[in-house]
Amino acid sequence: MKLYNGPIIIVGLVIFLAIFLLPFYISGGKTAAVPKPELPKKSVATECVMPTEYMRTSHMQLLNVWRDMVVRDGDRIFINEKGKHFNMSLTNTCLSCHDSKAKFCDSCHDYLAVAPVCWECHLVPKEKK
Amino acid sequence: MAAKTPSPEVVGQVDHHPPRKGWMDTKPEFKPGNYLYAAQPQNLEGVGLANPRTWNPLDDDWQLPADWKGTVREGIAERLQRYRSFKLFMDICVRCGACADKCHFFIGSGDPKNMPVLRAELLRSVYRGELKTAGKILGKMAGGRKLTEDVIKEWFYYFFQCTECRRCSVFCPYGIDTAEITIMARELLNLLGCNIDWIAGPVNNCFHNGNHLGLQPHTFKENVEYLLDDIEEYVGVKIEPTFNRKGAEILFITPSGDVFAEPGIFTFMGYLMLFEHIGLDYTWSTYASEGGNFGFFTSHEMMKRLNAKMYHEAKRLGVKWILGGECGHMWRVVHQYMDTMNGPADFLEMPINPVTGTVFNNASATKMVHITEFTADLIKNDKLNLDPSQNDHLTVTFHDSCNTSRGMGLLEEPRYVMNKVCNNFVDMAPQVTRENTFCCGSGSGLNAGEYLEMRMRGGLPRANGVKRVHEDKGANMLACVCAIDRAVLTPLMEYWVPDVDCCGVSELVGNALVMEGQGEREYNLRGEENPSYVPPPEPEEPEGEGEAEAGEEGAE
Amino acid sequence: MIGFLFSAVAVLILCGIAVAGVWALDLKVLFGVIIPYAAIITFFAGLVYRVLDWARSPVPFAIPTTCGQEKSLSWIKPNKVDNPTTSGWVILRMAFEVLTFRSLFRNMKLDYREGPKIRYSSEKFLWLFAIMFHYAFLVVLIRHARFFLEPIPGALVVLEHLDGFMEVNLPFLGLGLPAMQLSGLLLLGGVSLLLLRRIVIPQVRYITLASDWFPLFLIIGIALTGALTRYVVRVDVVSIKEMAMGLATFHPVVPDGISVWFYVHLFLVCVLFAYFPFSKLMHLGGVFLSPTRNLPNNTRERRHINPWNYPVKTHDYHEYEDDFREKMIEAGLPVEKEMSEPEPEAPVAEGAEEEDK
Repeated sequence: MKLYNGPIIIVGLVIFLAIFLLPFYISGGKTAAVPKPELPKKSVATECVMPTEYMRTSHMQLLNVWRDMVVRDGDRIFINEKGKHFNMSLTNTCLSCHDSKAKFCDSCHDYLAVAPVCWECHLVPKEKK
Repeated sequence: MAAKTPSPEVVGQVDHHPPRKGWMDTKPEFKPGNYLYAAQPQNLEGVGLANPRTWNPLDDDWQLPADWKGTVREGIAERLQRYRSFKLFMDICVRCGACADKCHFFIGSGDPKNMPVLRAELLRSVYRGELKTAGKILGKMAGGRKLTEDVIKEWFYYFFQCTECRRCSVFCPYGIDTAEITIMARELLNLLGCNIDWIAGPVNNCFHNGNHLGLQPHTFKENVEYLLDDIEEYVGVKIEPTFNRKGAEILFITPSGDVFAEPGIFTFMGYLMLFEHIGLDYTWSTYASEGGNFGFFTSHEMMKRLNAKMYHEAKRLGVKWILGGECGHMWRVVHQYMDTMNGPADFLEMPINPVTGTVFNNASATKMVHITEFTADLIKNDKLNLDPSQNDHLTVTFHDSCNTSRGMGLLEEPRYVMNKVCNNFVDMAPQVTRENTFCCGSGSGLNAGEYLEMRMRGGLPRANGVKRVHEDKGANMLACVCAIDRAVLTPLMEYWVPDVDCCGVSELVGNALVMEGQGEREYNLRGEENPSYVPPPEPEEPEGEGEAEAGEEGAE
Repeated sequence: MIGFLFSAVAVLILCGIAVAGVWALDLKVLFGVIIPYAAIITFFAGLVYRVLDWARSPVPFAIPTTCGQEKSLSWIKPNKVDNPTTSGWVILRMAFEVLTFRSLFRNMKLDYREGPKIRYSSEKFLWLFAIMFHYAFLVVLIRHARFFLEPIPGALVVLEHLDGFMEVNLPFLGLGLPAMQLSGLLLLGGVSLLLLRRIVIPQVRYITLASDWFPLFLIIGIALTGALTRYVVRVDVVSIKEMAMGLATFHPVVPDGISVWFYVHLFLVCVLFAYFPFSKLMHLGGVFLSPTRNLPNNTRERRHINPWNYPVKTHDYHEYEDDFREKMIEAGLPVEKEMSEPEPEAPVAEGAEEEDK
């Protein structure tokens, strides 16, 4: 196949492919670890405020609602589907069971480059060694 | 017979809204004034073009050659292989519509198929429908359609309703150039013998006689001699140029229209005076007596066949380089095609202005220099004795030719020259000048008499730009650097802006030149009494100054 | 208008195919692994093929569209960007063209009034929508690399955060978190405005083909399903990344529990990728190859070579002189060959004439 201006066109194509296929080049062949957020020990807690499936995809919605209710309305009581009462508090409720930000929150957030705004106000809990 | 062209009031009513019916379902209506006459068989035969016959676009049967469909299909395929421009432009248009209202024929006619994008789709649809798998299967849904005789008629109508001005290409985000597509479509039409006579005739003439008008050598010389007589009468200077002279330093080539018809002849007189003024060692050729190239409007091959004369003659005469006159498409060909087609011009030398010593590095390979580049250089180096007040009755504006603007970039040179030879120069609005310039409406071989209505429509945007500068700034002379422009802007102005006349830049130069030994310049090159002429004061003192010196004073 | 309906329906059918395939027929491997791989291979192979196919045709003539003053006399300032004479300036011209859509920015609108009085007004909307759409699409595309890379490079993390800087908090709509991505909004906005333009402007509507409507609807479908999966359905992104990483590492996996809406999104993206090389979307590659933009305007200074420049039949001076010698001599024009004896000359001259005809 005779090409005209072949070299420069091929260089262009190679650059394009190189950029576009970079993820395959970087990731290809590796085995990617799926994040395993460390769940609280059974001795600490057995169930969350909402079912796991809901929490997996929508915990941020819940936390947002909690924040607004507490900060704006001063309402601190959350009643879940089972009628159980919880104190709407990231620090005192969530983090009391999920006590490691690094092993729980960050494992998925980092995996997906998510930057929650929680820690702009809340202190990062101290890791227990 | 040519139809009577409706009045500007009627023609000016243009509706730009497309019809309800899709464009694939509408056919062009061939009406007097909006189509061009078919090529006469002898003009096709004379240069060996296909399918010479007597026919008329109004006929139902266009007497296409046997297997014309195969010819077109193969013709498209072959051109796709030869021209990346064509292949790319068939593939990448996104139909954004940026080009739609940029075409002078669309603005002047409102016909949606004059939107450059649709003009190209006329050919693209066949490319898809006949050559691409998706188009063959999905047809209309993939934008494809089959080749029919109606398609050929539509092509003939619309590809001879494009002046290859490239204005659309300026605005296209991918630089798609409808001129390229029109050139290909015209090549395909020529394979079927569907050319127009206004192109085929000049091509045949140029091939055999050396120029579009078919002037034979002695006639060409005689015509120039008439102009020399006029110069002698109006300027009082006798000029004796040479023809076909071997050993001249420079060969000068300009469109033959300028030796023949008004107002081009006045531009021609300007050249003669300029060269005499600076004592240039140059010659005319009766063989290469055509700068224009209607082959360019026929096919690449025909362009090359006609263009070959320039280098052939320059070589035979042994000149050092070539100087080219004012012409639009001639310069598109010289600037972008000539060296590639008929070069290398290794028998010529680097063009150097013998008067100023300026080296024209920008023409170091092609070895051909544009007259306004040449004149601008002379003026810049103060080598011309000019009296711009001779043009004081004029307020000059400038029509940028499509080809020299968008296929070369000759923008400042003519403006510089005009500002030096006239005292009143005004530009039109930037939206309609320089790279945004509008075509005269008659370029690329469409300047035929039978096409007058469509030419007036196509020229409307240009005329409107002139009208504005006429009304706002009092412009009364439209200068240009193109022979077709000179021929067609005159009737265009008469039609749309009757108070504005048209001339070549070199005519303005000629009128401003103070020639050695000249007489009273009571008359301009047109033989009209010059309103700007100021008679010299009666010599009262004994040591009265000579006429030539009086002229010099005027120049200051 | 038939093209409009055809394309809209086609995109809906494509959505239906994904729903039916994943939800009803449970063909998750087909839609999650096989089709994505096939689409990506088609995209790259097709794109390379198309570009090389263009490269097979030469550029016989240098035909740049000059949009400014040429380089001629030393004291006249050339416009080096719009009328470049060197490769460096050509590259700059192309960079402006590709990165800023310079030609589109020139756009002006016809204003045709009674009289006729013709004016041209600045018209930047097409440029604005196009810039909006293309850059938003680019950012969205780059953002999605977070699904294919582990760990995610810092630059991508920054981009992700910058893109989501706007805190849109509308809990009553269920909107608020995850953060609203500006690029997604601009993408949907840009593509919708481009669609609207095609519907509203009569001339543009008239020239629009099915193959113009289709990619618009397809991209709107992609943007909408993308927004849906992010803001409304809130799919399980951890599993989706697991699946994406499977594709990127060539160890494909199909985790359970991924919403069918994600598969619809993915399938539409696959269709776009596979459709790309065979459509007008190839303007992506074509813009770089356009001979009216990517060549220097130095044709009188350097000879451009046409690889298929073939000899043509010309009418040379000697043939011309043979035709007109007598008249030329009579008119006092110099000739190469004087008139010889009429007897032997005549038949030769006739023969030469016949050859021309």
